[in-house]
Amino acid sequence: MLLSLTIICLAAGAILAGVNMYTTGPIAASKAAALQNAIRQVVPEFDNNPTEEAYKAPTSEGDSLTIYPAMKDGKFVGAAVESNTKKGFGGEIKVIAGFDPQGKLINYSVLQHSETPGLGSKMQEWFRTDKNKQSIIGRSLSNGGLSVTKDGGDVDAITAATISSRAFLDAVNRAYSAYKGGADSTSGATTKIKEEEGGDK
Amino acid sequence: MSNMKILMNGIIKENPTFVLLLGMCPTLGTTSSALNGMSMGLATMFVLICSNFVISALKNLIPDMVRIPAYIVVIATFVTVVQMCMEAFVPALYASLGLFIPLIVVNCIVLGRAEAFAAKNRIVPSIFDGIGMGLGFTLALTLLGAIREMLGTGKFFGFAFMPEEYGSLIFVLAPGAFIALGYLIAIVDKLRKA
Repeated sequence: MLLSLTIICLAAGAILAGVNMYTTGPIAASKAAALQNAIRQVVPEFDNNPTEEAYKAPTSEGDSLTIYPAMKDGKFVGAAVESNTKKGFGGEIKVIAGFDPQGKLINYSVLQHSETPGLGSKMQEWFRTDKNKQSIIGRSLSNGGLSVTKDGGDVDAITAATISSRAFLDAVNRAYSAYKGGADSTSGATTKIKEEEGGDK
Repeated sequence: MSNMKILMNGIIKENPTFVLLLGMCPTLGTTSSALNGMSMGLATMFVLICSNFVISALKNLIPDMVRIPAYIVVIATFVTVVQMCMEAFVPALYASLGLFIPLIVVNCIVLGRAEAFAAKNRIVPSIFDGIGMGLGFTLALTLLGAIREMLGTGKFFGFAFMPEEYGSLIFVLAPGAFIALGYLIAIVDKLRKA
């Protein structure tokens, strides 16, 4: 009895170890590719490797976010900031937002969210649709953060998903605060971090 | 029973979703679109076939007293294999099904068929039972997903056939899953008795 269960568990363990070995590479690669794509989507064309030059910058709230600087011919053209917020309706929302050197939002991409399908989940498209005051593309955050019209701001919230909209804008504001904090203290206050999910070896 | 009969048994006569009413959690949770429902069904079908095969092959080696833990280990192994492969090769699908994949382990259909069929039958009929039950589950989930997607967003497998504004959001959310499932069960019941 004990023996047969032990043998079954051993076999199961061996199979899982094998599959794990076989899939670790592709999983890491697809995660890295997803990040690369997201960065490419939100910053202007670059010729450096933003994931290798990534550094952490503090936000005004005391925690820190990862910034991926984009350079073209040695000149700083913008940066992608990986931001998050815990104010979502269904949990954490992770977005990546790209800013140009003047602090204007170039583009954004939602990396992960658990908002209600059909309502909050529209944020991927909503805030770049050029309709009324929906779009936040090209807006400058240098004179205060973005907020929805209901809170006295000038961004139209997603219909029936104000909480998700607030959370999304919070993530973008946090991204800007880290971006600005990082840009102000490029002299050495920021710590360079190594890429954690370093591809397949 | 011939193998063909076993196969049809799972799809129609003892359809796991519409007749046995097993595995309701993934049925309601993952069918917000036809594609999600179908993927969940296929993942479950793969686990069902593999676990039925292995359990049927090992049935004489597993002592009665530890059969449930042994079945669970076998099922959990296959589920983890599915999960890892999905994360590696179809990350987009993994992101949308996410939490529901590990839950296949506790899906009543898988353990139920292991206990009720595979443990008492030879290998080939067990495989057919796995295919039949898996197909029945997949068809049910795809149908439910397609109906919810059509009524909720006006799309069919992601292909829009009417403006999204005409869709009724409730069908994308949980209450719509219950409503659609209830009507489907009633219709299938009527057809089965006709």
